[in-house]
Amino acid sequence: MIDGHIFPLFGAQLIARPSGILWWADERILCVSDLHLGKSDRMARRFGVLVPPYETTDTLQRLQLEIEFLKPAVVICLGDNFDDLDAANSLSLTDRQCLSQLHAGREWIWIEGNHDPGSVELMGQHLTEYKFAPLVFRHIAKVGAEAEVSGHYHPKAAMRVRNNSIVRPCFLYDEKRVILPAFGTFTGGLRTEAVEFKTLMQSVAFAVLIGNKSYVMPMPRE
Amino acid sequence: MMEHQNASAALLIAPTGSGKTMAGFLPSLVSLVEVPRQGMHTLYVSPLKALAADIKRNLLTPINEIGLDIRVEERTGDTSATQKKRQRVDPPQILLTTPESLALLTSYEDISRMFSGLQRVVIDEIHALSESKRGDQLMLALAAIHRICPILRRVGLSATVKDPSLAAKFLSYNSNHCEIIKLDTEAPADVEMLQITETAPWMGSGGSYAIPAVLREVAKHKTTLIFHNTRAQAELFFHNLWLANTTNLPIGIHHGSLSREQRQRVEQAMVKGELRAIVCTGSLDLGIDWGDVDLVIQIGAPKNIKRLVQRIGRANHQYDVPSKAKLVPANRFEIVECIAALQAVQENDLDCDDRGAGSRDVLCQHILIAACAGAFFSDELYLQVTSAGSYSDLSRKAFDDCLDFCATGGYALKSYDKWQRLVLSNEGKWHLRDPRAAKRIRMNIGTIQDAELLKVRIRGRSGKPLGEVEEAFAATLVCGDTFLIGGQIVRYEGLRDMTVEVSRKTSGKPKIATFSGTKFATSAQLSHRMLAYFQKKDWPELPCYVRKWMELQREVSRLPKVDRLLVETFPNEGRSASVFYGFAGRNAMQTLGLLLSKRMEDAGLNPLGFVATDYAVMLWGLEPLTDPSSFLNPVGLRDGLETWLSNNAVMKRTFRSSAVISGLIERNLPGNRKSGRQATFSSDILYDTLLKYDPSHVLLQITREEAMKGLIDFGRIEEMLGRVSGRIDHIVLDRVTPFAAPLLLEMGKVPVKGQAEERLLAEETARLMAASGLDKI
Repeated sequence: MIDGHIFPLFGAQLIARPSGILWWADERILCVSDLHLGKSDRMARRFGVLVPPYETTDTLQRLQLEIEFLKPAVVICLGDNFDDLDAANSLSLTDRQCLSQLHAGREWIWIEGNHDPGSVELMGQHLTEYKFAPLVFRHIAKVGAEAEVSGHYHPKAAMRVRNNSIVRPCFLYDEKRVILPAFGTFTGGLRTEAVEFKTLMQSVAFAVLIGNKSYVMPMPRE
Repeated sequence: MMEHQNASAALLIAPTGSGKTMAGFLPSLVSLVEVPRQGMHTLYVSPLKALAADIKRNLLTPINEIGLDIRVEERTGDTSATQKKRQRVDPPQILLTTPESLALLTSYEDISRMFSGLQRVVIDEIHALSESKRGDQLMLALAAIHRICPILRRVGLSATVKDPSLAAKFLSYNSNHCEIIKLDTEAPADVEMLQITETAPWMGSGGSYAIPAVLREVAKHKTTLIFHNTRAQAELFFHNLWLANTTNLPIGIHHGSLSREQRQRVEQAMVKGELRAIVCTGSLDLGIDWGDVDLVIQIGAPKNIKRLVQRIGRANHQYDVPSKAKLVPANRFEIVECIAALQAVQENDLDCDDRGAGSRDVLCQHILIAACAGAFFSDELYLQVTSAGSYSDLSRKAFDDCLDFCATGGYALKSYDKWQRLVLSNEGKWHLRDPRAAKRIRMNIGTIQDAELLKVRIRGRSGKPLGEVEEAFAATLVCGDTFLIGGQIVRYEGLRDMTVEVSRKTSGKPKIATFSGTKFATSAQLSHRMLAYFQKKDWPELPCYVRKWMELQREVSRLPKVDRLLVETFPNEGRSASVFYGFAGRNAMQTLGLLLSKRMEDAGLNPLGFVATDYAVMLWGLEPLTDPSSFLNPVGLRDGLETWLSNNAVMKRTFRSSAVISGLIERNLPGNRKSGRQATFSSDILYDTLLKYDPSHVLLQITREEAMKGLIDFGRIEEMLGRVSGRIDHIVLDRVTPFAAPLLLEMGKVPVKGQAEERLLAEETARLMAASGLDKI
């Protein structure tokens, strides 16, 4: 039994893993969004701010754990895989080696995001979106789309329990789509109450809070 | 003052209202009259913008009356850009500024030209500055200026200093001699407890039980200042005061989180004498003379004698008339604390707090500022830095670590070769790799953590914001939460464009406190006085119910002593509770609680949680404590501290502030705040990453240094263990004692973490699914 919250999307049985990975067991597809690899590099280059340069390694290590455990046939990186294209091209040798090890023996699909439009010098397919019936994978959700898997917004949910405030990254899903949380170590989040989600999500929608375990709840709204 | 005008440094200690500020300026005015000259002659630094404005008015009066040709100008965050530019080209003879604006000035390449010829610097309210990082920043900026003006004379002004030699060390340049000039003390203050017929509550800090008595005093006086220790308490009290204010006395509120417009409205009304009372916080602590204040009321124990003296001084700002003040303790322990504070004030026994060495995050900022002003040799900068009193003991290694941090990030993984902030030139000077970085560095100058504030607005209405709340507080809000701001109850509606949107709510109880800010801890001096007071035979000055409470405690258990530690263990609600009466101040007692719960967990006592006050910490768990002394050995506690330190919220908070000051993260990364929340990630993530991959990084070292001084306050725990030195009285009882009872009611219980949050999450998400009927789908 694989840990996580199981839910259907147009007939596909998906698992929202506590790590933030989406797992489609029947097709052995692992989907991950918003890795933002090379963020510290871009911050140094663009803003002259020297934050700890360890986040790419950390993100890849966590991804590696999931890949080793789930042994996917296909890995789909849902966009904003790199903090920008220069960051993609200046990954350290160790990080590159780690990526090619992860890639070995499986299909790897890079979907472009707003941070990384265009292809990078890394193995794998580079696409703007990817269809695998019945689902379609793209970076930014489209209003009116169906059976859609996307990322981009870095959703997080907040709640107050017995005077404790708990904020966690989360998946959002309804009968039409699922939006993935950001997987990158240096990423923040957008609260589910935000106006963006109002137009995207149906009136019946769920948030799957992640961390040690996956917890499902009705999507918090205003 | 004229006698000492040639001293290279002088500290003038004189009571409020004695005209010490004017005395500080006198030698400047005389010199400028005798030898009229252009260019900057005297620099005046004050901790408050408002105080600089006030001083300008007071200086201009004699200058205009006598018809002197002396230009006096302010330069603060409120000064216009054109004015600032003009000042750099043509500086006034007397420039009035704040530590932040001065630091900013020293970051310009033309610093030498602007300050050339500077003769004197006058630092007002030096005690207020020397207690914080703002003082470190000021002294580093002065060290930079001193290099340009070797004959610079320094004058420090202060009303309340316990140990003048510490303030003198802080002020002096290169450990040179600093003269101390002490004026006679003022007329003894007329300070006493406010007579309140209502009984003080067991616990709490709001003081709302005293509202009828406070209103009676307000009605009897011209203008009353009602001081609170925190903004949240001020808000709550103001709200309740208005509910009880049946005769509609004009009463305002003033604190640092209100919008500038709102504060200025209150200040103007106060000057015109339109307000009968102002509910306020530290924002009105220092020497500003607005209006005709004839009474000061302090709500809650003052926690610190110096602060109390400072506040008392706000009433009757005249040298020879005693200030009138009344104290309102918020609970029973505070009644004792207030009595102790009254005695200390009568004996003029101020608390002494040496902040210790200058903070290294401020040093990192200073290094970046120096680089903005031009290339430098590291040897020279080291000499300059160590000429400042609080950095005189800084080792070269500690300095070099900071320099390396500024230049390369200081990471074990050297990955920023291409993007170094500072690079070494062929001649061995450090300079900015990208000169455009100077602009961004300047934007981040300062040590006050005020950038994380969000404006609060009524939804759907443009116009002035109601005020500001801390971003961290805003992050905890959930739609429908109600809180107080500017005395009104508002309902949280959402976050939009970095503004907290709220709607007005006319009734109901505010759900949560507005500010998560830290509380003052009771000073060591006051704590010792309280412990000594308990040992008296009788306490005739106390209200009857408090006396009985203390007598009963003496009967069923013991009263805490200075040289012994009282520990009580008793069953409570099916759990075993233990109370340690350490009297080491809130922060240290909180730390002790965390350390003890960790050690009890290791010993299998299954602690469930604890709660700390300034006086004691209570822990509860499944097994009773049998031998407290085994948990209190200093070595064990220190070891526990090492492991526990790394992963806790206090450290993360301290890290955030040090990371901003040292320039690791910027207050406002361009593009971040505007483009939406998902682009920003919290500094906690940086902390966790650093701890995992680079645990000996200099910023983690700095965080530890700062946490030990501040929120962790381990020094006070060691002080307590020292005075107790193993003499522990463990009393086992079958029920709660009179002194322990208030702790059962204390807010802010800390659960011993672990599976607690996961359990809460599981429960609550399941409940929400069931409540919405969605669990059936």
